[in-house]
Amino acid sequence: MTAAPATAASTATAATLAVDGLTVGYAGAPVIDGLTLEVRPGQVVALLGANGAGKTTLLRTLSGLVPPRSGRVLLDGDDLAGTSVEDRARRGLAQVPEGRSVVTELTVEENLQLGALWRHPGRAGRRKAVARAYELFEPLARRRDSLGHQLSGGERQMLALARALVARPRVLLLDEPSLGLAPRVVAQLLGVLRDAARDAGLTVLLAEQNVTSALSVADRGVVLSLGAVVADAPAADLAADPALRHAYLGF
Amino acid sequence: MDRLVLLVSTGVARGLVIALFALSLVIIWRAARIVNFAQAAMAVVAVYVAFAVEAATGSYVLAVLAALVTGALLGAWVERGLMRRVSGRTPLPGMIVAIGLVMVLQSVLGILFGPKHRPMTPVFAETPLSVGGVPVLSRYDLFVLVVALVVVAGLGLLFNRSTLGLQLRASATAPEVSRLLGVRVPRMVTIGWMLSCAVAALAVLLLVPTELGLNAHSADVLFVHAFTVAVLGGLDSPVGALLGGVVVGVIVSLVTGYASAGLAPLAVLALLTVVLLVRPGGIFAPKEARTA
Repeated sequence: MTAAPATAASTATAATLAVDGLTVGYAGAPVIDGLTLEVRPGQVVALLGANGAGKTTLLRTLSGLVPPRSGRVLLDGDDLAGTSVEDRARRGLAQVPEGRSVVTELTVEENLQLGALWRHPGRAGRRKAVARAYELFEPLARRRDSLGHQLSGGERQMLALARALVARPRVLLLDEPSLGLAPRVVAQLLGVLRDAARDAGLTVLLAEQNVTSALSVADRGVVLSLGAVVADAPAADLAADPALRHAYLGF
Repeated sequence: MDRLVLLVSTGVARGLVIALFALSLVIIWRAARIVNFAQAAMAVVAVYVAFAVEAATGSYVLAVLAALVTGALLGAWVERGLMRRVSGRTPLPGMIVAIGLVMVLQSVLGILFGPKHRPMTPVFAETPLSVGGVPVLSRYDLFVLVVALVVVAGLGLLFNRSTLGLQLRASATAPEVSRLLGVRVPRMVTIGWMLSCAVAALAVLLLVPTELGLNAHSADVLFVHAFTVAVLGGLDSPVGALLGGVVVGVIVSLVTGYASAGLAPLAVLALLTVVLLVRPGGIFAPKEARTA
């Protein structure tokens, strides 16, 4: 597969995210062990597995926060080795990290402006991008001048998602977005994610412990155990097959 | 009564310089969540350069520019060459390196220029102006006041109304999240250092004409006072630094005038202790802790 060099100005079309023989962690105890995975453009892949299976480490490595011991991370065929965290973001690889990642000292508006800044250095373009985010995420529009720490858990996660989407990424990584949220809020959040992904043609890798919710929005489910892929099947199959579910997801 | 007015007005004038230096500490805190213990020594180096420029050109304006530029460059070099290599989980290595840097800089300055104080003529008259027969601030003091207000206003605009300020604030409080959003966090830290050291250099340049003169240790006491002010003002608040600076300046002046000069540092530290007991985050810090 030939790779066109990704530039910040390239149109925001979904990209292929590939991992090739990735090993992360300490010599005797790798957290990710020779992992190989490909997420094709526009796919929504649910990354499942127990706590400690390596989901968060994988996402952090993809974004460049953790250096791998060996193996490659490829965005549309381009090896991301040596590319800094911020440069990966500027190439369209966005992440909503685990936990409340909203910048609490900034307002909702400022958080969104921050997210849009690298792609829209000009004020007009940025304002349009932020306005689009408010259309997609209506509850945020009402809270635009609230500081991050004044928002509820659901609102913060919505803001984190909106902020990741505002710069029109090509690949979106999400680490446990449903953590600590009520079921109704989770459903709403994932619904917005699915719609946004479809409209923008986004490639999504969604790490989740909430298996049912994740499989309901995903095309494909990949199960991680001890740092390696143990199952890779269409989401519907995983959701419907009790044997598969029980063997790999424990329920 | 006249004496009180004089002491207070002298205190206000001195306090404005302290405030300006404290502002430089607020800048670096807001942009990099760090206190630069080498700030005073670096500022003094910049002012030596400014002296040379003024001697060569006779222009105070060029001297000011030289101080600002040298301060900024020093800030960039120290951050990129030194501090970046020791930044990590705890601020301790950075503090140790900074203190080591102070020793090196002051020794080198001593070798190059000796212990003599180099006087500087103030650009405006230092004789106090009289209001109703009572001497208050001098033209030079008013000049320092104007500079301090301009810097505070400029910083307010920068941090709160510009995209650069947005990035600086985000980089300091949430560096990892900011990087994930494409913010060039290392560059923001460098910019914070450059702004901070430039303002510190300006403060020392304004201080020198009111003292004996410039030597390697000219800014040591200033740093102690400014650090106290910055902590009192909550390290995040430019307005807190300004008001705190004036308050500390007045306290130092009153204690020196009515008691003795030796008691002034004690009074300042006593104030610091009392405030931190009541408001651990400083007077201007918000009351509630901010959780993510």
